[in-house]
Amino acid sequence: MPKFQIDGKEFEFKNGQTVLEVALENGIDIPHFCYHPLLSISGNCRMCLVEIEKMPKLMISCSTLAAEGMVVHTQSERAINARKAVMEFFLINHPLDCPICDEAGECKLQDYTYQHSIGESRFTETKNLKEKRVPLGPYVMFDGDRCIACSRCIRFCDEIAKSSQLTFVKRGDRVTIETFPGMQLDNSYSLNVTDICPVGALTNRDFRFKARVWDMSATKSVCIGCSRGCNIEVWVRSNEIMRLTPRFNPDVNQYWMCDEGRLKTWKHVNSDTRINGPQLRKNGTLAEVGWDEAYAFAISELKNFNKDEIGIILSSSASMEDNYMGIKFGKSVLGAKYFGYKSKVLKGSGDDILITDDKAPNTFGLELLLKSFSVRIENSFEQVMSLINEGKIKALLVIEDDILSGSEELNKTLDRLDLLIVTASNMNKTAEKAHIIFAASTYAEKNGTFVNVSGRIQRTKPAVVTSERERSLDGFEMSRLDKFGTEWDKWGKVNKIEARASWKILNGLGVVMGQKLKYNMAEEVFVDLSKTIDKLSGLDYRAIGETGVQLKLTNTN
Amino acid sequence: MAKKKRLKDLNFLEKIYLPEISKGLVQTFKKMFQPRFTMEYPEVKFEPPDSYRGRPVLVQEENGEERCVACGLCSRVCPALAIEIQAGETEREKERYPERFEINMIRCIFCGLCEEVCPEEAIIMSKDYELVFSNREDALYGKDKLLVPINELQDRINFLRKHK
Repeated sequence: MPKFQIDGKEFEFKNGQTVLEVALENGIDIPHFCYHPLLSISGNCRMCLVEIEKMPKLMISCSTLAAEGMVVHTQSERAINARKAVMEFFLINHPLDCPICDEAGECKLQDYTYQHSIGESRFTETKNLKEKRVPLGPYVMFDGDRCIACSRCIRFCDEIAKSSQLTFVKRGDRVTIETFPGMQLDNSYSLNVTDICPVGALTNRDFRFKARVWDMSATKSVCIGCSRGCNIEVWVRSNEIMRLTPRFNPDVNQYWMCDEGRLKTWKHVNSDTRINGPQLRKNGTLAEVGWDEAYAFAISELKNFNKDEIGIILSSSASMEDNYMGIKFGKSVLGAKYFGYKSKVLKGSGDDILITDDKAPNTFGLELLLKSFSVRIENSFEQVMSLINEGKIKALLVIEDDILSGSEELNKTLDRLDLLIVTASNMNKTAEKAHIIFAASTYAEKNGTFVNVSGRIQRTKPAVVTSERERSLDGFEMSRLDKFGTEWDKWGKVNKIEARASWKILNGLGVVMGQKLKYNMAEEVFVDLSKTIDKLSGLDYRAIGETGVQLKLTNTN
Repeated sequence: MAKKKRLKDLNFLEKIYLPEISKGLVQTFKKMFQPRFTMEYPEVKFEPPDSYRGRPVLVQEENGEERCVACGLCSRVCPALAIEIQAGETEREKERYPERFEINMIRCIFCGLCEEVCPEEAIIMSKDYELVFSNREDALYGKDKLLVPINELQDRINFLRKHK
């Protein structure tokens, strides 16, 4: 392999790699704004200037191809002075009001100002003022003053989102970004521009001014919006989710995620519709009760039915653990024969970037489970529903699914049931009809695994604390406020929902029935279920890690 | 119990007490005619110097608006984690403002770091030292208690500009 030198050290490179790429690969930090590993090279920010021997001028390392025998200096006096000069140019027109700016704390310009600038301004004239607070689209706000014209957002729209909506207008120091006439920045991936914007020019309208980055904790998790399973970070302050951001995973979502996933997959976690503790229907109305009472009542009711009269609805949105316990509880405790799950495929809603047609994150995993237990998959849901209509199934256990939403005609079907037990996180149409509701944790409150559309198993980690857990004791991500908060501080007095993971609820029911279901942790459930599915054998939470494991698929899949 | 040995035994004059008592009385009478330092608080109130760090307050501009832009630096620097801020968006020129600004006066240690770090000169250590509350909830000072008109704080602001 050809070699060249950076700062006196020799590095190998592949033909076609740029100096910056090789440097970043080897942990040498060359500051840069406009370069992004997945976007085309623009070379307009001039921040990555380096000195290369035998070249008369300083070169931008992002677009200079590495060549055999090249000698690069990133820390020479000329390079350092050039960097300082570039920073000074940026700060001429960039407002110095970091206290107001929402990017503060995660701003590249702020960081580089500390690292690479002279620390004071020689510019005494008035700054160029541009338009502030321009809504570019439904989700993105633009601040012209803060923009450093790196063109990352423009290139993102052109190249990744495949919808050219942004462009530069004007020239020189008056250059600014606008949407094309009559257009809005409204593609399905528009919010990614707020992540790649190196300054606070593009901000998320949903998150703007809500919280400072240093006040939140970030938990590595997986998006449940569709079967892609984009890797995300869940940002939490005072036990409340503030935002989601994509997390780099080269095999799933790269650096991106869609707006739908970013904005709509977590609002229910802190919403008022959360079910807080189990509920029983007494004299026609639902009343909150304790867990033990709910367990005992559910068991005494379930005992009135024959094995054939009980149906179980699993969910392609629930984790592997929850579904596994659903099947195991149904088979070995209740002896149930009829299992089903409702497909969430919305034909035509996907695209060829990230979004898939299947709006459930774990269809692949659920089908693996059903196969391993030799349970019918095709039309299983319709089968259960028709059996209810025929009066053969009289008791139904629904795990984490709102089967009525989008299928109002099932109202009458569910009315025929003598017993409807539901585990649900939020009040929904199905839960409203239930005789017993068990409050279920959401994906942001529990450990769980999901298998995405391409057969990659990935983990969610709990970011929000429920009533029976303690942030400091149970290994949650902690922010500074979490570490030192007490119950007497407003931010320490967090709202904890009384909920349990579905697998735990079913485990609890099994224990009350005298069965030996002895799972204390989600990982124990997973280890057990990995033994029943060949493709998962040998896996545990540690092996799955932060970026997941691709399952070995055969052609039959 | 073992008898404790004194470092020095009392001499005869000390043993008969009377000379010592009269010595003490001489001191008492002397002080009676010297100027008094005791203040009849609360009838008479202590007027602190400009360098005094009383309870932190927020500066209210003459037009009634707060100076604070809710950047969160005071909350971040506060070693006692006494300050809690929720920022919000306004139509004003400075687009960020504190929707909620609370100082937990039980936590506050009057160190003045919030004042020192504030980029807007918006949080100021006032001369107010009268902090009374009978329960924890009352100790949470919100914007209603924290906002103080700028003309009442001018002394401290001038002091800061001179010495900060």
